[in-house]
Amino acid sequence: MDIKLQRGLLHLFLMIVSFIMLTPFLWMLSTSLKFPNEIFTYPPIWIPSKIRWENYFDAFNAVPFGRYYFNSILVALSVTCIVLLTSSLAAYAFSRLKFRGREILFITYLATLMIPFPVLLIPNFLIVREFGWHDTYAALILPPAFSAVATFLYRQAFRGIPPELDDAARIDGASSWRIWWNVIMPNAGPVTAALGIFTFLGNWNEFLWPLVVTNRAEMRTIPVGLSFFQGQYSVQWELLMSAAVIALLPIVVIYLFAQKWIIRGVTISGMGGR
Amino acid sequence: MAKPQRIDSQWKHWNPQQQSEGYLFLLPSLFGFSTFVIIPILISLALSFTEWDLIRPASFAGFGNYYELLTADRIFLKVAGNTLIYVILIVPGQLLLGLILAVALNQSLRGILCYRLVIFMPVITNIVAVAIVFQFFLNRDFGIASGWIWQIADATGWPVAPPDWLNSQELSKVAVAMLTVWKNVGFSMMIYLAGLQSVPDSLYDAARVDGAGNWQSFFHITLPMVSPTTFFLLIIQMIGAFQLFAEPYVLTRGGPAQSSLSIVQYIYQNAFEYGLMGKAAAIAWLLFVVILFMTLVQFWLQRRWVHYES
Repeated sequence: MDIKLQRGLLHLFLMIVSFIMLTPFLWMLSTSLKFPNEIFTYPPIWIPSKIRWENYFDAFNAVPFGRYYFNSILVALSVTCIVLLTSSLAAYAFSRLKFRGREILFITYLATLMIPFPVLLIPNFLIVREFGWHDTYAALILPPAFSAVATFLYRQAFRGIPPELDDAARIDGASSWRIWWNVIMPNAGPVTAALGIFTFLGNWNEFLWPLVVTNRAEMRTIPVGLSFFQGQYSVQWELLMSAAVIALLPIVVIYLFAQKWIIRGVTISGMGGR
Repeated sequence: MAKPQRIDSQWKHWNPQQQSEGYLFLLPSLFGFSTFVIIPILISLALSFTEWDLIRPASFAGFGNYYELLTADRIFLKVAGNTLIYVILIVPGQLLLGLILAVALNQSLRGILCYRLVIFMPVITNIVAVAIVFQFFLNRDFGIASGWIWQIADATGWPVAPPDWLNSQELSKVAVAMLTVWKNVGFSMMIYLAGLQSVPDSLYDAARVDGAGNWQSFFHITLPMVSPTTFFLLIIQMIGAFQLFAEPYVLTRGGPAQSSLSIVQYIYQNAFEYGLMGKAAAIAWLLFVVILFMTLVQFWLQRRWVHYES
């Protein structure tokens, strides 16, 4: 086949796919700016004749969206920091220090990767309830903050750092803590970035766990708040679409600017470092 | 200043300071891990053999929950079937589309980065928001999907009516599967792209010299060379599809008539709506057993079709 024709067909195919991927977003954006009378028309109107920005204010003020934002940022950031800190410390122990039970503990960590989250859901709910943490940030942050995946990925990365670097630092009198912080972590920057992005996004978008441990509206994260918003305003599509835009916008904007890092972070972590 | 230590590689001569340091470094992780992973696994297992409504004291039920689920609970059998259909619809869909897109993007073509950006975008978005958008998108009366079909019908005179994706017992699962594939296909695509880029060009060159066409190259070089990637994606996406929750929860609420209810939704309902903690735990363990079994089957089957470079 003619190479130009082949390329043309390839572009056509990719454009159709891209169009399908984008349509829901464009339709959401379009509806979020409409007056109600232009929503249920046939043929569908893509560009509203009159733009109603008030939809955004109405949606934002109908529920405490500002609070949802604060909660989501706080929860996702805290979980990410704790995951990175505890996992890298544990991975340092697993890859650089020798102690009794090291192998069996590591195998235990790996084995838990087989347990699906639904198995942990109910007991974690009961533990949180027992601690009196229901509707608190502790419940939103602590249970998801210990990750065998992150420990495993850090361990893989640490094993690739030449031990001679540690030796040199140790001969200069550095303690293990200093070696972890000044030698190992600076050499594991790409993994920290990938895991950080992956963990942040995962917790930013998490739905089931925050749904289970929150009752009060002030404690909801964006996904849970949005789901309740849908329950209340299920027929006001212009408001629902505005709310969806409000929920998606920051991540999409960050994605457009940092796509290379985000794609890499999600795929590397998703692949388990392969 | 601390005394320089000898780095001892022999297991028998463990340095006592390193011993205690090892536990210290591990402590924060181990503490959280025990509290929120290890102990919950044990609690969950114990719970699955009890009847407990959170109010009255728990009573031992033996295998009662499991027995009831597998023999008497019609809804459980229905949601198990639904979930299996989700796996069957979603996993091949994501693998096939992901591979096709990756092959298309693995060319030196203008605008590749732009296509990649767009196709990957749903992966990072919030499932609740996009499910709400899909709900509107697929609505029979005023969704854009219906609008297109009406337009086709008007233009061609073909008497076709748009399907009611969300309110039909046959199609509700398909709608959930479409949403899931749309959202996740970018991930498969990126993993496949990584796999494709590790296939040496020399293989294709050699095939071309031998007179192989594009299709032959694809089936005899590309497919076998990316089979480890396919296997990896198959496993993780199967595990993911068995645990679908937010997609049906937001898009269809599991309806109509439980036709799109997933297993994890049923766990959620039993635990947090009906207060049947023991039964919910038992469902979770049954799910675990099925996932484990299916994973082992795949590991057994892979010897026949996954090609590893020696």
